[in-house]
Amino acid sequence: MTVQPFHRSQADLLPERAAPAATVGIVGWLSQNLFSSWANTAFSLISLYLLWLIIPTVISWAFIDANLAGDDRFACNGAGACWAWLDQRINQFLYGFYPSDQTWRVDIALVLLVPALAPLLFDGVPYARYLRWFSLAYPVIATFLLIGGFGLEGVSTHKFGGFMLNVTVGLAGIVLSLPIGIVLALGRRSRLPIIRMLSIGFIELVRGVPLITLLFVSNIILPIFLPPDVTFDALVRVIIMVSAFSSAYMAEVIRGGLQAIPRGQYEAAQALGLRYWQSMGLIILPQALKISIPGIVNTFIGLFKDTTLVIIIGLFDILGIGNAMVSNPDWLGLATEAYVFVALFFFITCFSMSRYSLHLEKRLDTEERR
Amino acid sequence: MRKLPYLVISAVFSIAAWGTVHAGTLDDVKAAGQVKCGINTGLPGFAYTDDSGKWTGFDVAYCRAVAAAVFGDPSKVKYVNLTGKNRFPALSSGEVDVLSRNTTWTFSRDVDLGFSFIGVSYYDGQGFIGRKSLGIKSAKELDGASVCIQTGTTTELNLADFFRVNKIKYEPVPIETNEEARKAYVAERCDVYTTDASGLAATKTTFADANAHMVFPEIISKEPLGPLVRQGDDQWADIARWTLNVLINAEEYGVTQANVSSKANGTDNPEINRMLGSEGSLGAMLGLSKTWAVDVLKAGGNYAEIFERYLGNNTPLGLERGLNALYKDGGILYAPPMR
Amino acid sequence: MAQLDAAETAGPGLGRLWTDERARGLLFQILVVLGLALFVAFIVSNTIANLQRAGLASGFGFLTDQAFFDINQKLIEYSSTSTFGRALIVGILNTILVSVMGVIAATLFGFSAGIIRLSPNWLLSRLVGAYVEITRNIPVLLQIIFWWSVLTGLPKVRDSLGLGDVMFLNNRGIRLPAPLLESGFEWVFAAFVIGVIATVLTSRWARKRQSLTGQTFPVGSIGLALIIGLPIIVYWIAGSPVGWDIPTPKRFNFQGGFNVTPELVALWFALSSYTGAFISEIVRAGILSVSKGQTEAASALGLRPRQTMRLVIIPQAMRVIIPPLTSQYLNLTKNSSLAIAIGYQDLVSIGGTILNQSGQALEVVGIWMVIYLSLSLLMSSFMNWYNKHIALVER
Repeated sequence: MTVQPFHRSQADLLPERAAPAATVGIVGWLSQNLFSSWANTAFSLISLYLLWLIIPTVISWAFIDANLAGDDRFACNGAGACWAWLDQRINQFLYGFYPSDQTWRVDIALVLLVPALAPLLFDGVPYARYLRWFSLAYPVIATFLLIGGFGLEGVSTHKFGGFMLNVTVGLAGIVLSLPIGIVLALGRRSRLPIIRMLSIGFIELVRGVPLITLLFVSNIILPIFLPPDVTFDALVRVIIMVSAFSSAYMAEVIRGGLQAIPRGQYEAAQALGLRYWQSMGLIILPQALKISIPGIVNTFIGLFKDTTLVIIIGLFDILGIGNAMVSNPDWLGLATEAYVFVALFFFITCFSMSRYSLHLEKRLDTEERR
Repeated sequence: MRKLPYLVISAVFSIAAWGTVHAGTLDDVKAAGQVKCGINTGLPGFAYTDDSGKWTGFDVAYCRAVAAAVFGDPSKVKYVNLTGKNRFPALSSGEVDVLSRNTTWTFSRDVDLGFSFIGVSYYDGQGFIGRKSLGIKSAKELDGASVCIQTGTTTELNLADFFRVNKIKYEPVPIETNEEARKAYVAERCDVYTTDASGLAATKTTFADANAHMVFPEIISKEPLGPLVRQGDDQWADIARWTLNVLINAEEYGVTQANVSSKANGTDNPEINRMLGSEGSLGAMLGLSKTWAVDVLKAGGNYAEIFERYLGNNTPLGLERGLNALYKDGGILYAPPMR
Repeated sequence: MAQLDAAETAGPGLGRLWTDERARGLLFQILVVLGLALFVAFIVSNTIANLQRAGLASGFGFLTDQAFFDINQKLIEYSSTSTFGRALIVGILNTILVSVMGVIAATLFGFSAGIIRLSPNWLLSRLVGAYVEITRNIPVLLQIIFWWSVLTGLPKVRDSLGLGDVMFLNNRGIRLPAPLLESGFEWVFAAFVIGVIATVLTSRWARKRQSLTGQTFPVGSIGLALIIGLPIIVYWIAGSPVGWDIPTPKRFNFQGGFNVTPELVALWFALSSYTGAFISEIVRAGILSVSKGQTEAASALGLRPRQTMRLVIIPQAMRVIIPPLTSQYLNLTKNSSLAIAIGYQDLVSIGGTILNQSGQALEVVGIWMVIYLSLSLLMSSFMNWYNKHIALVER
């Protein structure tokens, strides 16, 4: 007997019933995610209890019982946080000792950063080709804005401080370390043995020592290496050291990018008759840099967090300003509020940058996969 | 791309040219238009910021005096905050022209490290501060105590010597700045804090219950604090030295910030006249203007006025003149004559 | 490739220097070496001039000068009359101590956090995720200062929390009884070494037996019994050859015993939680990189989830985890130099003090570089060996 094909018409099917109440909706979600087993239930209950302990205390300390205005710590008599200093010292936290009538220049430099970075970090930016020339000119423009010249009043770099100092050192470090990192990465892959040895030596030396020792070098050793009576500005020395430090990490990131370019690209460039530097500059490096951007952003995030170390050689970045404020008799004992404020600044900046870098990595992944 | 190497080389040279090459310190300072003065990162009374962010204090007043001597304008100072660790490298590298940072004059700093101390601006000594509730009357009873101490200072060495000589033991709690020491002491991380007696007074002002703390009677070392400059530049050292001497001599001769302008025109006292420029040419011998001392005194007044303003009885520190009074008033402040 | 020499088309003589790729490469390298030599000569001559002007001697002779300062957290004997050299050794040991402690704690914390983040319990994984994100995005210096403030807020010495009167916790540290090793102790130590060797041999034998017969052997429990039990038995037999120096409260502090300062603990906590957060992300990525088919095949074979994780997933994930883990360990060692900020006397802190007191900046900085480079080299060699050890042996 032949097997009948298994047909059913719609009319023969039983009507669909709703799923059991305990598996859909919020009850279902809860039972699957939080209470799926005895162990999970226990963990969930403990976590909920901890949250119930911590969150209301934090909110009431930071917002509800907090004092927002006053001239000194004695004006804060509540049990909560004392934010009275914010309104008087916020300028110091943001700009350090920059003359208060000139801080508009810092603001402009920050605002101009957006169009300078946009064509490099995002796709689909209008007028990207022209904006890229602006990106190239931006470091020079920003330097003049911050330091002076061209009719703007000169401001000594010693007055730089606060958050502005962190951003300046971080950005200057990354911008300067990019060309050096490219040279080191190419040097490391070079066939010329001396170049390769020098590049590897430099990279391993710089990556093997803590940034603090390099900052001490910039502060104490660099002046010994320079001719007697030649002095460099303290901020310039720090930026040089920070650039050298980050260029070693940058070299590794770019090397990864270079390794990801298929060999065919190198060979095709040679087949077209391009010389080494032409093929690098026109074909290979643009692709490698594009792939490396998430790594470059991650290096920048690490560098940005490390800029707090300048406090150890006596520069007043945002953490240093916080410390200085707390030793002023007017604001004694407010260390918690000051540190929470500084931590918040760093968290918001670094978190947004790392989210961006994640998003970029995902996008690059999907682009590569065909 | 072929031009890349040339661009790189010229960039390197232009960065190198950013540093400036100089001869004598006075010429450097005049060319820079300001005196680079090294001060503390924060010590009440000696170097601290007011709410508008300006640095002020006893050591800062000396910086202003030097700037006034050179430029006639006490505001032409660039303040460089230095920790205990980087103050000496900053001076020897030229990052600062003069260090006015409550630094003790010792043999090794003078001879070994290559600096010149130009005088003593504050005769101090090392002491201990502790809670009265500890119930002890003398530092020799501190066997087994925890002591907060700033690393890299002469106080650290004196502390080790004191306990070794008296055959008692202690647990050091090392800290980098005065502020950290204060925090550790308040939290009772350490039982006593040791530093110069002036630093102890400064720290005591920051306590909520200043009377619960006492400074022990033992002064275990001599700490003559004074400004210093690099060795090898005698002209600049002379300017630094005689600026300090002007402040002390002005107190001795009764010249104050208020009456200096009128006395500059001429008085009966030839010492005052030579100092203020109406007789002789002391200013020219230093390479400064005729009114250099007048400008110094206009900047902050004489030694007594500066002391009163930042360290005296009307300030939270409330320090007595003690050794820092004129020799005529029972102290040991004595400046050479201006002739 | 370009051995197809352009030299054959160019003219003879000097023209070859420019057109022959090998000659050009050689010329370039010679120029670089010359340039570097000139640069080094420039620096050396400046250094000599500067040192002469400052009247500073150079050379490492200062290491035999007496230090005259004290160190509170030390692993070896040291007093204020010891030499600078000995002080540096104390600093190096302190750096190694906090790095090793930090690496162990960070690994434990990172692996646990990474695995928890993959748990199906939504609340738990999000909470741990939030902690990881917060810790990763705040500078480690701030975290060190935070933990130090927390630990300094512990009860004061007079109100110490005691554990059975032998251990004390207060804001000056944890006071533990110190062991005083007496004459019979070498046997206990020998027993410990024998226990370790026996465990290693047993585990090798058990593995061979399992691959031949498929029977498992409880190596873990036997090993534990050997390593811990054997020394304990010898300890009893030898008549307890360990005395204890119990901390007793005196006027200001506790005398006796061994103190772990809050600076060390704060540095350890901060470094472990900061590096642990990064390690948790690496572990999570590593576990996610193992294809789902492995988990499904393991459960098809009847392995329970915990066995799957331990026997199937983690060994494969380790190959992806080890390289980034190495760089995190190196970062932790380098971040330990931030001890200077809270007064834990590690190599950088003690070096800084010596630099200040003796003025020998170049030598001290040179010592820093050499020590940190050696530590980095040691650590990465070990991790490279381990990496090769677990690498996939492909057909």
